[in-house]
Amino acid sequence: MAKVLVVTSGKGGVGKTTSTAALGAALAQIGQTVVVIDFDVGLRNLDLVMGAERRVVFDLINVTQGVAKLQQALIRDKRLENLWLLPASQTRDKDALTDDGVKRVIAELKTKFDWILCDSPAGIERGATLAMRYADEAIIVTNPEVSSVRDSDRIIGMLDSKTVRAERGERVEKHLLITRYDSARAARGEMLSIDDVLEILATPLLGIVPESQDVLKASNVGSPVTLNNAASAPARAYIDAVRRLMGETVPMTVPVARKSLMNRLLRRRAA
Amino acid sequence: MMNLIRLFGSRAASAPVARERLQILLSHERGRNGAPDLLELLRSEILGVVSRHVELDPEKIVVRMDRGKFVSMLEVDIEVPNGVQRSKMAAAT
Repeated sequence: MAKVLVVTSGKGGVGKTTSTAALGAALAQIGQTVVVIDFDVGLRNLDLVMGAERRVVFDLINVTQGVAKLQQALIRDKRLENLWLLPASQTRDKDALTDDGVKRVIAELKTKFDWILCDSPAGIERGATLAMRYADEAIIVTNPEVSSVRDSDRIIGMLDSKTVRAERGERVEKHLLITRYDSARAARGEMLSIDDVLEILATPLLGIVPESQDVLKASNVGSPVTLNNAASAPARAYIDAVRRLMGETVPMTVPVARKSLMNRLLRRRAA
Repeated sequence: MMNLIRLFGSRAASAPVARERLQILLSHERGRNGAPDLLELLRSEILGVVSRHVELDPEKIVVRMDRGKFVSMLEVDIEVPNGVQRSKMAAAT
């Protein structure tokens, strides 16, 4: 049974694209057939984070408008053969994306993939509403910071009212993914704690991704963090999140960086 | 260059890789004011010319692109059915 999962947040810059790439790759690594779709029309970036930016020929809007067939627009990952990308259009206007077009594309993808991950753009406009429209499940990416939590609350409200499932009286299963978490700052009371965020948003926690330099390193080289360095703290957080998505019970922890001697030496030199 | 960096392991700085990737990407995206770049123009015109003579089955076309810093590759692979080709050409003349 294919699952449509939207990765959303309301606020920009919290880690939706990073998380979509990392979760998509982690799902593919355990043998699931995965497609990640970029819904950010005009400002695509999932291709860049996945390292496929030089190979984009056709895009989501070409497919919805019938200019290209789905299989012509899908880009297969160079590292994982069961991971695919459907890029967003870079030039066309946002109105080019239609409800009907998205519906058809998702229906076709459902016959081919186990997981369809929709990377939502920031905001609450058309791209964001269409990214969540056909979702079965949602991951709300939140930073432990007031504006992000407020926007997440708004998005949760939309997931409960503007999706096809909500309109049918069913529910979209929601998961909270807290990213850029800094345990030390939270302990010092400088950052909202996990409990604070969970209490405010009242949504089950899928995972806690610590603030880490490994995320930037991975996007620099165009590789999902779970592929680029699977042993890194954020990668382990995403891999645990994927195991929870698959129904496993995994104790909730904030992974910490394992520092090798080499790492420590290099860090000192870099500082 | 990118291979060299990879060869020396993941501890090598990743910023130079990021810079090179961005330079390649932006050289294709900049200054076009939304107009398609050369590679995209070639793709659409090639397909346009071929479709004037042949009924194009989108399933039988494979287009691949690889944008490089100095050289890019556009690969258009079109399966042309013999019978259809003749009938359409006859209609055009």
